[in-house]
Amino acid sequence: MIGRFDNVIIQTISRLLIPPIQLFALYVIAHGHYSPGGGFQGGCILGASFILMVIAYDIKEAKRMMSEKVNTIFSSLGVIIYSGIGVVCLILSANYLDYGILNKIMPVTIAEARALGIFGVEVGVGITVMAVMVSIFLNLASGGEHEEAEE
Amino acid sequence: MRFFALIAVIITGALLIYATVDMPNWGDPNSPANIHVSPRYIEKTIEETATPNAVTSVVADYRGYDTLGETTVIFTSGIICILLLRRRK
Repeated sequence: MIGRFDNVIIQTISRLLIPPIQLFALYVIAHGHYSPGGGFQGGCILGASFILMVIAYDIKEAKRMMSEKVNTIFSSLGVIIYSGIGVVCLILSANYLDYGILNKIMPVTIAEARALGIFGVEVGVGITVMAVMVSIFLNLASGGEHEEAEE
Repeated sequence: MRFFALIAVIITGALLIYATVDMPNWGDPNSPANIHVSPRYIEKTIEETATPNAVTSVVADYRGYDTLGETTVIFTSGIICILLLRRRK
């Protein structure tokens, strides 16, 4: 169990650093079309910002921001988004994960529909990776005995 | 018995090393991987997916099933971690 470690310098610096880190993570996810990056990398950075919060403050403080229930829901939500996009393509009478058919429900060309499908998939991957990183870290760091934060 | 195991491992390793001799050279432009799918992806990625980064279009579009499997692997590892370690006081 990681106990609370009161250090003004560490806490202030990480409070200043966490928002830019999360913004950069969203940038990496959203900019995967044009530069190196994508769901896996951006999700890892987003998870790292929560892990930094756990290290600088403690587990209770981090769980007030994102409770364990929400975290577990997020980890499955990403996979649901990914496979749900595939099922939407299936309903619109194309192959599974054939995003080109999404231009039937959006006013874009086939190529742009594919780009949007890729973006949706990357968002799903990012959400899953972020939630799984945080939950693995919390479980390993505390031996599975991190108690629920007060609701 | 361990002696025979060692012999089997050495023979298998020798076969594997022998097989690598037949592999194409590193970065060989005429290797099968570089004359069939790669040019197709590089030439058509803008036209078909409107995505300048070919890596992203291959990972998430042309090889979408693969990435779905990877995401499921990560999700499964997280769930297994919860199942094995999580205890309530």
